[in-house]
Amino acid sequence: MKKKGTNQPSNEADTALRQELVEHFREKRELLRQQWVEQMTTKGLLAGLTREDIENESITIYDTCIVCLETGEYEGAQTYATRMAERGVLRGMTTEQIIGGILTLRDVYGRSLFEWYQQDMERLLAALDIYEPVANKILSIVALAFVEEREKIVRQQQEAIRELSTPVLQVRDQMLILPIIGVIDTHRARQLTEQLLRTIRTNRAKVVVIDITGVPAVDSKVANHLVQTVDASRLMGATVIVTGISPEIAQTLVTLGVDLSKMNTVGDLQGGIEEADQLLGYRAIRIDPASGSNHQEKKVQ
Amino acid sequence: MADRVCVQINSEIDIVTARQKGRDKAQQLGFSSTELTLIATAISEVVRNIVEYARRGELCVGIVQQGDKRGIVVVAQDSGPGIPDINLAMQDGYSTGKSLGLGLPGAKRLMDEFEIVSEVGKGTKVTMKKWVQKNVR
Amino acid sequence: MLVPILKQGDYLIASIQSELSDADLLKLRDDLVRRVSEFRSRGVIVDVTVLDVMDSFATRTLRSMAHMIMLRGAETVIVGIQPEVAFSMVQLGLRLEGVTTALDLEEGLSLLDHKIKGDNGLG
Repeated sequence: MKKKGTNQPSNEADTALRQELVEHFREKRELLRQQWVEQMTTKGLLAGLTREDIENESITIYDTCIVCLETGEYEGAQTYATRMAERGVLRGMTTEQIIGGILTLRDVYGRSLFEWYQQDMERLLAALDIYEPVANKILSIVALAFVEEREKIVRQQQEAIRELSTPVLQVRDQMLILPIIGVIDTHRARQLTEQLLRTIRTNRAKVVVIDITGVPAVDSKVANHLVQTVDASRLMGATVIVTGISPEIAQTLVTLGVDLSKMNTVGDLQGGIEEADQLLGYRAIRIDPASGSNHQEKKVQ
Repeated sequence: MADRVCVQINSEIDIVTARQKGRDKAQQLGFSSTELTLIATAISEVVRNIVEYARRGELCVGIVQQGDKRGIVVVAQDSGPGIPDINLAMQDGYSTGKSLGLGLPGAKRLMDEFEIVSEVGKGTKVTMKKWVQKNVR
Repeated sequence: MLVPILKQGDYLIASIQSELSDADLLKLRDDLVRRVSEFRSRGVIVDVTVLDVMDSFATRTLRSMAHMIMLRGAETVIVGIQPEVAFSMVQLGLRLEGVTTALDLEEGLSLLDHKIKGDNGLG
């Protein structure tokens, strides 16, 4: 890689040469662009794109690169690369397609410079000094845009998994169940609490059963989160019953000296729901199996 | 939008103004509604601290950028008596005034970053930051 | 900002209409405690739905108010704490110990009926 520092025109000769390059690329625009598209087609980099797409995108990319060379400003390229990455990832384009495409364009520009200045070695080197840093910068912008887009998607998916893994379910009128499965960290505990509080509001819930059977480990930090969730629910007028505390977890909590005395705990989920029913004034009555339905809930006023 | 908004704190009435200004600024930055409440509450606590101990001071809210992180920075400053023992003041339940003693340690829990500098007889400066979550909702 | 206090049967209902300064809040506390005696009320509901911040002062004032009202032989229910506010309060370490809470005015009223008149307010 050549030394940096040619991003901004520094002296008159440099400025003149830069302008010369810009004019050269503008003049040969149709020719070079066609070459570029042909080479990409041969390499199979344009799979899945319509002719219209190829036409539009190639013109824009070509012109955007020239603007970078002319002005030393990369904001336009940045914006375009981000948009291209978003669309590309959506359409399932591979990294090879995108990076390959930009590398091909780099070659096309480079070769045209070699042809143009083949009689004048010194001028060719000066031209490359101007051209190469710009080409490198553009390549790195595009590559970074793609990496960022991928990372963004990974984050979105993580978020989606988190949301999927903490459903707040309404069992009956005014009763919610929150079965927690998997590890609870601060971020998840927060999100879970926020979601529960919103659901308490929208469903007008009065009793919430939080089942932690599926939580592998509870330390004092997790217990503290749980206490906060219970307290916040209470501030909104809902009672929380915690179920599914395994003997091991019970032991850990007692050893850690976590104070759960103010927390309403019941052995298992079934017991929790029964307790919740009682708080809400429901009573489960078993109807004679011959009559058709097995269980029926009746509300006692 | 203006980069920095300041509110002069002269009495308890300014507490409400300060936290509303802070909430507005945080809203422009794209914080979630829960985070807006956390920020407004933290501001309420630090401004209350000024009113209670220093009588007057200033609260400023601005935008902070660090790498690709963007966030809100809240600075509460006074030239009051200062805090002799900061570690003690940052303990839950400690208060020399008439409050619950949750103000400063509480505000710290609500924000991502919290820094306090105080000199007896010169005053106190609290700087708090909260970053906008990059996660897309 | 004045908080209107309505008398409805045995109950007093105070619905906060906008953000309150500390002085407003203290005035509300004093007014309510006085009126409970004056009207021999048995229950008080404070509706905080519009508050988007409940800091340590507000929480402490509401709690002390509930305790004072209890000494006058009446029940207090705080209703309408928003999800964000509830979350923020527990993060701050505020829990409103010993104070009854309910989702909204309607739930608060049925809770008082249950406690005071023995109806099944949960149903």
